[in-house]
Order: sequence, then structure tokens, then C-alpha cells
Amino acid sequence: MAYGDKVIDHYENPRNVGNFGTTGEVKGRKDIGVGLVGAPECGDVMQLQIKVNDEGVIEDAKFKCFGCGSAIASSSLATEWLKGRTVDQGLEIRNTEIVEELSLPPVKIHCSVLAEDAIRAAIADYKTKNGETAAAETTAH
Amino acid sequence: MSLNFPLYLDNAATTRTDPRVVEAMLPAFTETYGNPGSRNHAFGWRAEDLVDTARRQVADLIGADRKEVIFTSGATESNNLAIKGAAYMYEKAAAGSGKPRGHIITGNIEHKATLDPCKRLQKEGFDVTYLEPGPDGVFTREMVENAMRDDTILVTIMWANNEIGVINEIPQIGELCHDRGVIFHTDATQWVGKMPTDVTRDNIDLLSLSGHKLYGPKGVGALYVRRRRPRVRLVAIQEGGGQERGYRSGTLNVPGIVGLGKACELCASEMDTERDRLRALRDRLEQSIVSRLDTVQVNGHAEKRLPHTTNISFGFVEGESLMMACKEIAMSSGSACTSASLGPSYVLKGLGVGDDLAHSSLRLSLGRFTTEDEVNYAADAIVTAVTKLRELSPLYDMHNEGIDITKIEWQAH
Repeated sequence: MAYGDKVIDHYENPRNVGNFGTTGEVKGRKDIGVGLVGAPECGDVMQLQIKVNDEGVIEDAKFKCFGCGSAIASSSLATEWLKGRTVDQGLEIRNTEIVEELSLPPVKIHCSVLAEDAIRAAIADYKTKNGETAAAETTAH
Repeated sequence: MSLNFPLYLDNAATTRTDPRVVEAMLPAFTETYGNPGSRNHAFGWRAEDLVDTARRQVADLIGADRKEVIFTSGATESNNLAIKGAAYMYEKAAAGSGKPRGHIITGNIEHKATLDPCKRLQKEGFDVTYLEPGPDGVFTREMVENAMRDDTILVTIMWANNEIGVINEIPQIGELCHDRGVIFHTDATQWVGKMPTDVTRDNIDLLSLSGHKLYGPKGVGALYVRRRRPRVRLVAIQEGGGQERGYRSGTLNVPGIVGLGKACELCASEMDTERDRLRALRDRLEQSIVSRLDTVQVNGHAEKRLPHTTNISFGFVEGESLMMACKEIAMSSGSACTSASLGPSYVLKGLGVGDDLAHSSLRLSLGRFTTEDEVNYAADAIVTAVTKLRELSPLYDMHNEGIDITKIEWQAH
């Protein structure tokens, strides 16, 4: 399968790989939101961690991804786009923007959907830890 | 020695045509271009001579008589002719009679060129049993014996599997079929030319082979059809001018047939040294990878497999990204025929390899032109790629933290 240049760039030089601690370590940290989406049998799993400061701004984001080149590129791009946004602005990222930016072919659109899911899951985790209700999330739409 | 990129380690998909084969073919295009069916002039006679020579070369490679070789367009056609042709010839009841037409035994990890003709026959009123192998991937005589019925008319089992290279108990299954009076077909596409074959010793009635898997041209193959003890007959699938004893109508592909013949002759003379050399290289490749990585699995039976093929699964990395990381190496993730479908390999699933491992397996198949330097390079590149992808893999982290990823409730999407 031929990949676009941006996919190859993200794949070969993934941005923000890593995490802020193991699953156990970050569980109790209120400044960190974790999203883990996908399934091994589907061939892709994304883990996204966001670190949010007191102003509600995502000051850092890290990812790990088991998946194809497009899945890796989508999650790498998601971390780039999240940094510097508020959590509510983070929720505005749409999978279609990822598709456009990376020129993903139709068979790879699910990778961008997964990245959007990972963003939502990480932000939801952060909000839950900080006592915000799911309602806060829906009003942000 | 310098390497030419990309490296070709996908010889189970197709092989480079041997330059000696190409050289042998060339006069058949521009000089001996007659139609072997032209019985009344020299052009036809000379073309027929070339075809006769090729028929002998193919027959010699498999221990057959030249009259038992039918030229086809390749192993897919050979399989279709063998399976459908035998089923229609030996059916217990005619089409449309409403009665069971007969029972066929095959395996669930056969190539699609066997499975799909069997599925077609099933729709037409035949009964088909799809044997399931154990984790080693081998189809045994015992499995076939247990599936045999009074109305079994045909058994079709591949000699060596195209994805994992595992070798089935072909001579034993053939013996069983002969004892029971059941026709036995084997798709020997991956086997012939690489491993010693004797259709009489090995009890074969019908055998498919392909030119381009044994350093011959694409678009040509053959079907061996036994003529004595038992005399096997087939209903033709392609009808017309009655070429190839009526089994396969159509003007013969003389250049292709000449190439197939030459390729078979070369295989016969070089097989023994080639096999030993490739086995050593394959073992070196496999060892070099397996010894440097954890959670790696070589798929299929450890010994009963082709010496030039290996299929390795890597835990916690995904197959397509692994291929992407090794883009300077041509190899296969799943079978080339189905890799467009993105799903895990049905062959590996058939062996009980978990989805996570089946997603990240590579088939490396060496050939006549593979060098030691290429193998060393490929092993290093694969180890580097897997290591890099594991640094990216959340599953590998969980594995190292002692989390059982099969116990997590994944949200399948």
C-alpha cells in the first residue's frame, strides 16, 4: 500500500511517543487523562495520555500505538494538535481533519476515527477524575 | 558484496525467471512460432517437438510418463480442472437428480484455488469436509481416514502450505486413497521443483504445479493425470479444439511451455544443492531473529516444513507497520493473494494462532538467487523494526508490566 508523505514522516519520526507513567502510576493523578481505545484483534490499539495544567490547558500529550502506519501517524498528529489547547478545544478535533491532514485513503479512515476516540477518552478520563460530569462534555460540542 | 534494494525474500509468491529459462524460450517467439496443432507443415511439427521435449522435462521432474502431463495456464487452472473435473467424472449422482452427488475431503488452510472450487461444488450438490489441522498445521493420513465415507470420491490436500511451508503427509494420504479407491489430488505448487517428487512412489493421481514458482515464466503450469493403476479420467472444464487429450482445449502456450520445461530440468539437476543451501540460510535467518527478540513464534511444524520458507509472528507489533518499517525488503504479511483484505491470515487462524499474533506475522521465502548477505541484512532490519515498533506499542508496555492483554475488555470498533 502506498502511503502519503505525511504519514511516512509521522511514522518514521513519531512525535511525543511515551507516557507519563505506567497505567498504575497515572491512575491517581488528577492532572493526567488517559485514553485507551481499539482492540488487539482489530489490529490497532491507541493509548493517549494528556497532561493538563491548572488553567485547563493541555500542556503535554504522549501516545503509544499498536497499529498500521496510518494509525501511528494519526495518533502522533493528535498529540501535536492537542498540545496548547484547552480540554474543551481538544474535543473540537474531528477525525475528518486528521484524514485531510494525512491524506488517508478510505480504507484507513478508521485510524482517524480511533484517534478521535482516543482524544475523547483521554479528556473524559481527565474530566471524570476532576469531578466534571459527562454533561460538561456534551455542552462542549 | 553490495546489496540491490529492495531485497527479494518473497519466493513463495513468485520467483525470478531463471535467465537460462528466458534464453531457452526466446526462439519459440520468433523462430519456432508455429502452432503445435498444425499437423501439415514444418512450423507445426517443430513447435510440437518443443512441446514434447518440455513435456518430458516436466514428467521427469515428478517421476511421471510424458503422456500424463497436461499443460495449463498455471496451478489455479490445474486445481480447477483436477477438482471439478474429477468430481464431475466420479459423481455418485447426476446434477439435477436431487441426490447427493458425492463427498470430497480437503483442508481449511488450503489455497483459495482449492477452497473456492470446492465451495462451488458444494453449491452444486457435493458434500465437502474441510479438515482442521492441529497447531502444527499438518494434515495427516489419520485425519483424512477419519473423514472418509462410503461416498467419498475425491481427496485434495496441498503438498506444502503456501503461507507456512508446512508439509502434509502426502504419500501416506495417497496410499490411503488408493486402498479405498478414492481419487487423490495434491496442489504441489510450493513443493515441486524444490523437493523430490515421484508420483508413483508418493501415490498421487492428480498433481498441480506452476511455472513461476520454480523459476519458470508466469502463465503456464501443468496438471499430472495418472494413466495407469488407476487410470484417472476428468471432465474437461475448458472446451474447444480438443488439445491436451481433450482435457484442456486452447492453442498451446509454446514459449511458456518451453520455459516451464527448462525450469523443471534445471530444478531436477540443482534441487539437492539448492535445498541444502537454502535450509542453512533459512535457519540462519530464523535463528538470528528469534535469538534477539522475546515473544516471537515460528509458525507451523518445526521440522515438517519447506527448507526455504519461514513464517514468524511477533507479539505486540502490527504486521502492516512492520512491513512498512522494512520497506526495503520484499516479503509477505499473510498471503500475497489475500493481503489486500487487511484481515489476519485465515491460515494462521486455522492453526489457532491468536488474532494479535496472526496480525503481525511475516512470511520470508528464500530462493535460488538469495544470498547470505541478503539474509543477514533482512534479519538485522527486522529485529530493528520490531524493537522500534515495540517502543511505540502500548501492548508491549502492558506485557512488561505483567498485564494480561487477553483479559482486558477491549472496545472493539
